[in-house]
Amino acid sequence: MATIIIPTPLRKFTNNTARLQIREGTVGESIKELTTNFPDLKKHLLDETGGIRSFVNVFVGDEDIRDLQQEHTEVRADTVVSIIPAIAGGVRDQAIVLNNIKF
Amino acid sequence: MSVENIFTKEELARYNRHIIIPGFGMEAQLKLKAAKVLVIGSGGLGSPVLLYLAAAGVGTLGIVDFDVVDDSNLQRQVIFGVDSIGKPKVEAAKQRLEALNPHLKVILHSTHINSDNALDIIRDYDVVADGTDNFPTRYLVNDACLLLDKPNVYASIFQFDGQVSVFNYVDANGNRGPNYRDLYPTPPPPGLVPSCAEGGVLGVLPGIIGCMQASEVIKVITGVGETLSGRFFTFDALQFETRTFRIKKRDDNPVSGKNPTITELIDYEQFCGMRAVEEKPLKEVTVRELYDMQVKGEPYQLIDVREPHEYQIVNIGGELMPLSTISGHADDIAHDRKVVVHCKVGGRSAKAIRELEEKYGYNNLYNLKGGILAYIEEVDPQLTKY
Repeated sequence: MATIIIPTPLRKFTNNTARLQIREGTVGESIKELTTNFPDLKKHLLDETGGIRSFVNVFVGDEDIRDLQQEHTEVRADTVVSIIPAIAGGVRDQAIVLNNIKF
Repeated sequence: MSVENIFTKEELARYNRHIIIPGFGMEAQLKLKAAKVLVIGSGGLGSPVLLYLAAAGVGTLGIVDFDVVDDSNLQRQVIFGVDSIGKPKVEAAKQRLEALNPHLKVILHSTHINSDNALDIIRDYDVVADGTDNFPTRYLVNDACLLLDKPNVYASIFQFDGQVSVFNYVDANGNRGPNYRDLYPTPPPPGLVPSCAEGGVLGVLPGIIGCMQASEVIKVITGVGETLSGRFFTFDALQFETRTFRIKKRDDNPVSGKNPTITELIDYEQFCGMRAVEEKPLKEVTVRELYDMQVKGEPYQLIDVREPHEYQIVNIGGELMPLSTISGHADDIAHDRKVVVHCKVGGRSAKAIRELEEKYGYNNLYNLKGGILAYIEEVDPQLTKY
């Protein structure tokens, strides 16, 4: 079995589990298995067309799947798949800043 | 010019532990002294970045921040103390930094950084350290650094997670590294990713991540070691797991790719989808109006969409229906009277209202402007702020 690492903001959808075992195959199949087992993850990982959202990066080992074979990238028994969404925290309450921000 | 003309005797003593490091030495210390670093945001990340860069002897530090110090900042923004509360952050930070190191020059930009002023603010600096807290500013700072050819040392935090990288860095061989748009081509739509106000952040995390950011700034300035350019570091404090991924430049990057379509700063709020959301305003009530309704005994229902642990800290008698469960509460929400929905500052309650309106066609839902914090501020200051 391969391993997929769930980022902390999404662990509330996986019963607070950080690492899950997934079947070997492709990244696309891994994500599908994940969203079938944990349906609430789906809207956070996939867009309306079923593709991986562009602000969610998926790495196989150290490599971005966009530099490999995208969703077709192979997942072997020793593969570690990491899901890393964009985060923008740094200073203060985002909701407050957005009300004040002027562009 | 000799070293003695550049450094005072006090400075030479002060920086002794740097100067004696093999491979760092006087040469690197001179580069730090000559460097101008702009730190965007003087909050959670900016605090350690500013403190350590000042202590390390960076000659000129610029600070961009428009905010004033609030007591809820002190859990993580260690550059400030209790006596800073209510003061502009840039002023309080300057005072602390000058007390730490009188040999540095501090330049203040007490403003929102935006598309009109970003290039002017960044232009005079050598390195940018981005510690802002929202996606529009992240993309703005990235693009401005690309247009001005400045390295951007990036760090970001949320809850227990941190990220660090170095963008747009040109190495000794003249190779330019990737940037934020190569890593994340587009931002999440508003509402999908919770903010730190809603999600929180472990106070020590910006200390850890900010120190790494400061370390990368020093490496970029001095050329010592290998920077994180082309690599993307992540830290999960909960599991204590660090990972470093490889990232590459992309040909389709709209600013730095093969066929750039963005050649000047754009409207980043629109790019991040925030304009569209703002065009559909929600019905709102102010805390004063809510108070009047309470005093007059008008019929209304009050719903609190925060989490149970927040409700425990303080509540104003609303019925607890956390945002994540709101759709399951449709039977509990009135159709025949005014329903006021609130959270901490107004973001989650807005989401709850949109979800309920979309799914069940409600037209009697009102967002409490400013949330429970505004209520405490204006109506009942005795209640606990958090």
